[in-house]
Amino acid sequence: MLSKNQIAQRIAQELQDGYYVNLGIGIPTLVANFIPSGMKIHLQSENGLLDMGPFPTEDQVDADLINAGKQTVTVLPGGSFFDSSISFAMIRSGRVNLTVLGAMQVNDKGDIANWKIPGKMVKGMGGAMDLVASAKNIIVAMTHCSKNGQPKLVSELSLPVTGLSCVRKIVSDLAVLEINSEGFLITEVAPGIEPSEVLKQTQGRVKISSSVREISL
Amino acid sequence: MNKVFANAEKAIFDIKDSQTIMLGGFGLCGIPENSIAALVKKNVKNLTCISNNAGIDDFGIGLMLKNRQVKKMIASYVGENQEFERQLLAGELQVELLPQGTLAERCRATGAGIPAFYTPAGYGTEVAEGKETRAFNGKMYLLEHAFESDFALIKAWKGDTYGNVMYKDTAKNFNPMMAMAGKITIVEVEELVETGELNPNEIHTPGIFVDRIFQGRDYQKRIEQRTTKK
Repeated sequence: MLSKNQIAQRIAQELQDGYYVNLGIGIPTLVANFIPSGMKIHLQSENGLLDMGPFPTEDQVDADLINAGKQTVTVLPGGSFFDSSISFAMIRSGRVNLTVLGAMQVNDKGDIANWKIPGKMVKGMGGAMDLVASAKNIIVAMTHCSKNGQPKLVSELSLPVTGLSCVRKIVSDLAVLEINSEGFLITEVAPGIEPSEVLKQTQGRVKISSSVREISL
Repeated sequence: MNKVFANAEKAIFDIKDSQTIMLGGFGLCGIPENSIAALVKKNVKNLTCISNNAGIDDFGIGLMLKNRQVKKMIASYVGENQEFERQLLAGELQVELLPQGTLAERCRATGAGIPAFYTPAGYGTEVAEGKETRAFNGKMYLLEHAFESDFALIKAWKGDTYGNVMYKDTAKNFNPMMAMAGKITIVEVEELVETGELNPNEIHTPGIFVDRIFQGRDYQKRIEQRTTKK
């Protein structure tokens, strides 16, 4: 099984030089630690920042400079600040090349649920609905099953939907899966995990790719 | 006409019960601290607040919640606030959650003379319930409307006596759109300067949108997630 850092490391292999990338809270944030050296990636934070830099040192901390997770951050040379409507203009118009999100459930049509659990306090969707409605390239970073072993890749969402037919790729602790018109396709598996095991842990329409291979990190 | 007020209490003098107020800020970054403190002191009730977040228990809009001044909250994310949760579960508070980009664009539309617009965000979700939908080029969109907002309470970095203002870093967030959207827009600045001192090339919100401006004081600028490099 992949650790959270290894999931992030695998997702980082999807980066291409010059990409504008929005990373969600949680595992997606870790992707920033695995950007290949020599590659220029522009991190977009939807509260109004392009070319987000690393966390500040204690004496660089500035309350006016935070990321979408409300953490103090820095801005890299070449960066820019903008208001929230411009930030979401970038997102809705498809200029953000890659969006990495967490999810509670994804179904075999690529619908995603990640904002609300009925019966629990609703905190809100933040920017997630805007991101999933418009991004062309969404990768979901998630654990394959819930803590009590329930598959999170399903035929039908039981949780409220965030966006329809938007996820094209999933990197879980067990496997890399693509979603096409025929459902989930297992393309890579974590070291030590059999494709048949991933198949068992995945609900809905699911196939093993004829060229399935081990994830290499 | 003089737009300069001595302080927050004087600038918000005519905000009344049951009005709708936009408040700038993302989390606690770029929130109108002075105007919020003055609203708490004035103790106006039954307010509808439009803001991306609802503050935390002891700061930001959280102070108005604790003082039971908010009837309805329109926001995109309201976590990190136990009093908010308590009032919501007790049925004492109404909440309307909107996708963040939709919230931003509805504020922008309000200030831009645009009554409504289509956006893909929220299509097929519970956000779309009761809203008109329409296909453009084979993709589905929702009709979202501009707001009606009696006041907009804005936090900026520098401003001049004409009401021209600049924001700093990510404290910009919702402030520029909301500054355009209030029937009356009240801006507090960290530094109020004479007209002519700011570079016209660097103005973010032109003074035409600003009705009142004052020099803020005693900024706390609290940080929700102080995160540093080891």
